[in-house]
Amino acid sequence: MGKTGAEIIIEALKKEKVEAVFGYPGGAVIDIFDLLFDADINFYLVRHEQGAAHAADGYARATGKVGVCLATSGPGATNLVTGLATAYMDSVPMVALCGQVPTSMIGNDAFQEADITGITRPVTKHNYLVKDVDELPRVIKEAFYIASSGRPGPVVIDLPKDVQKSVTKEEYPDSIKMRSYQPTYEGHIKQVEKLANAIKKAKRPVIYAGGGMLISGAHKELLELVDKANIPVTTTLLGLGCFPERHPLALEMLGMHGTQYANYAVMESDLLISIGARFDDRVTGKIDEFAPHAKIAHIDIDPSAISKNVTVHIPVVGDAKDVLQKLNKIVEPGDTAEWCETIKKWKKEYPLCYQDEGDIIKPQFVVEKIDEVTKGEAIIATEVGQNQMWAAQFFKYSHPKQFLSSGGLGTMGYGFPAAIGAQVAFPDKVVFDIAGDGSFQMNIQELATAVCHELPVKVAILNNGYLGMVRQWQELFYSKRYSGTCLLKEKGCLHNCDEKICGSTLIPDFVKVAEGYSAVGMRILKKEDVVPALEEAIKIKRPVVMDFVVAKEENVFPMVPAGASLRQMLSGIS
Amino acid sequence: MKHTVSVLVENKAGVLARVAGLFSGRGFNISSLTVGETQDPTMSRMTIVVKGDDAVLEQVNKQLNKLIDVVKVQDFKTETFVDSELIMLKLHASSKNRAEIIQIVDIFHGKILDVTDKNVIVEATGPTEKVDSFLNLMRPYGIKEMARTGKVALSRG
Repeated sequence: MGKTGAEIIIEALKKEKVEAVFGYPGGAVIDIFDLLFDADINFYLVRHEQGAAHAADGYARATGKVGVCLATSGPGATNLVTGLATAYMDSVPMVALCGQVPTSMIGNDAFQEADITGITRPVTKHNYLVKDVDELPRVIKEAFYIASSGRPGPVVIDLPKDVQKSVTKEEYPDSIKMRSYQPTYEGHIKQVEKLANAIKKAKRPVIYAGGGMLISGAHKELLELVDKANIPVTTTLLGLGCFPERHPLALEMLGMHGTQYANYAVMESDLLISIGARFDDRVTGKIDEFAPHAKIAHIDIDPSAISKNVTVHIPVVGDAKDVLQKLNKIVEPGDTAEWCETIKKWKKEYPLCYQDEGDIIKPQFVVEKIDEVTKGEAIIATEVGQNQMWAAQFFKYSHPKQFLSSGGLGTMGYGFPAAIGAQVAFPDKVVFDIAGDGSFQMNIQELATAVCHELPVKVAILNNGYLGMVRQWQELFYSKRYSGTCLLKEKGCLHNCDEKICGSTLIPDFVKVAEGYSAVGMRILKKEDVVPALEEAIKIKRPVVMDFVVAKEENVFPMVPAGASLRQMLSGIS
Repeated sequence: MKHTVSVLVENKAGVLARVAGLFSGRGFNISSLTVGETQDPTMSRMTIVVKGDDAVLEQVNKQLNKLIDVVKVQDFKTETFVDSELIMLKLHASSKNRAEIIQIVDIFHGKILDVTDKNVIVEATGPTEKVDSFLNLMRPYGIKEMARTGKVALSRG
């Protein structure tokens, strides 16, 4: 007696309370699929394995639970790689199950064989090749534990076909202890006291909160700290939602496309408190000139994030929630009244804005209206590029886990499958994918997934016919030489594009594509039609693709050029 | 600046690739790396000599600790330690200079491992500096082949 490897896998998924698996079948995982057929686990068939990885990622970001995806050996598994790297860069808990050729054939260049543990080693938190079915229960338990604890991340389990078929008497363990992996959750009280002292002395403190805040679930503690100590808060792209953006002390996003007031505040601050953020180059700009007057405190569960890019004066290793709870018990406010006034003045003086152009739809306007129509309650996934930055800037986030975006890796094609994952987790919520016409086409095939599984995701394409962010860089820094960035460029086009004679061919016609997949398609050409279209789309309980034809050469501002100091911000609008 | 880092790892398949991949992926420079089983057969000890300043070394330590299969990292910058490595040299040696070579090997408490009419294989062990000077003294005799283990180290006390 005993259980087969495949049976252990299904049992493990149930014991780990996995409700959704995103995947694609193949010869090397057919035994698992055979059991999934009758199992009490919802399986979502994607149309490309990359979609499965991103959907598991979106599910995980929206819920905080471990996302699970399943693919066959070789190409099935290599198609997951971009999704794994995306999740790794943004610390998303995921377990990816991959089929593998039978152990006896490993290394023989067998059909659909690839060295997946080798390929995924640099883009996962950990990975396993299970060669003995007796090890399988422990390995799966470890994988879920590693994926979801400490600084979370994706874990790959490579499962040779014979291991899925062989029988073991080993039981799935209830708990696991690993001598080589024990993340530190509790912040050291001495370090917390140092931080409290620094806060008391600071005149111009700023909190810089990142994705770690959301993973830790410390948003209430953050609000309490801000109320107690009167410290303005700026968030990273991944931190959006950890602090309500309509709060008077909210500075919103900082960095390359952050608000002017957030960047001014950081550059003037005398104490910068980073919580669950990692001083990414898109945040700091020129690192030597970042926050030049500030003492830097850094709360992070990952010791290797501390003093990696900037020298930290007050390091606190631990979980944000634990550290903030300890801090809130002892913190006393510094004299920040004047600073808060300055912040208020900056917010008034340098608001995020864009120029209205009559009937033409501005992409920022579409995002603002999505916020308005959904009362700020929607889950927003984004693709990557201009659409992502406008989604970050012009929707005002107030809930944790409301904003899903590939920040670290910057993966085009992330948003739509991630929105599908979020919709699976929250079938009754309104889920938008704010997309560009370029990014959306990278995983457009997942329309089939959304339609078949009746997931009413709304895709809002900000269609400008360009790969807009690269075009923006070309406009600003490469003399408008739009090399490779016009998505409508055809063989007959002039070398230097002349918009006046630009044809009106739709490549593709997104409405027809949507309809081709049995989804709903809409094209919106006028500003006045934006709100009615959004309202209608939300009413339709099916996937809707909204093709908003927007101003072609709109730029994302403010902007700090790559490698420049945050001081050298281009505001764009005078 | 060179640093010696001693790393206890799980004795599992793929661990060496994880450590080597970490160094190449993050642009750290390895001067030498040795690995072997410890008294506990489930663990191996890697002794890694790294080139880099203090900031690099701090990251090396933290990143190694972050690997799931790494049990313990000891940075021998802060602890006193003993270290040793082994070198083998195949030298051109005729009856004319063989005696000379044997004399130097003796001074270094080395060994003669193999002798033929044309060649001799010698061995020496000790700290890197000692092995380096042995090597320098042997160069003039004409080195045909050479193998060096890289250092192993343990903390004192």
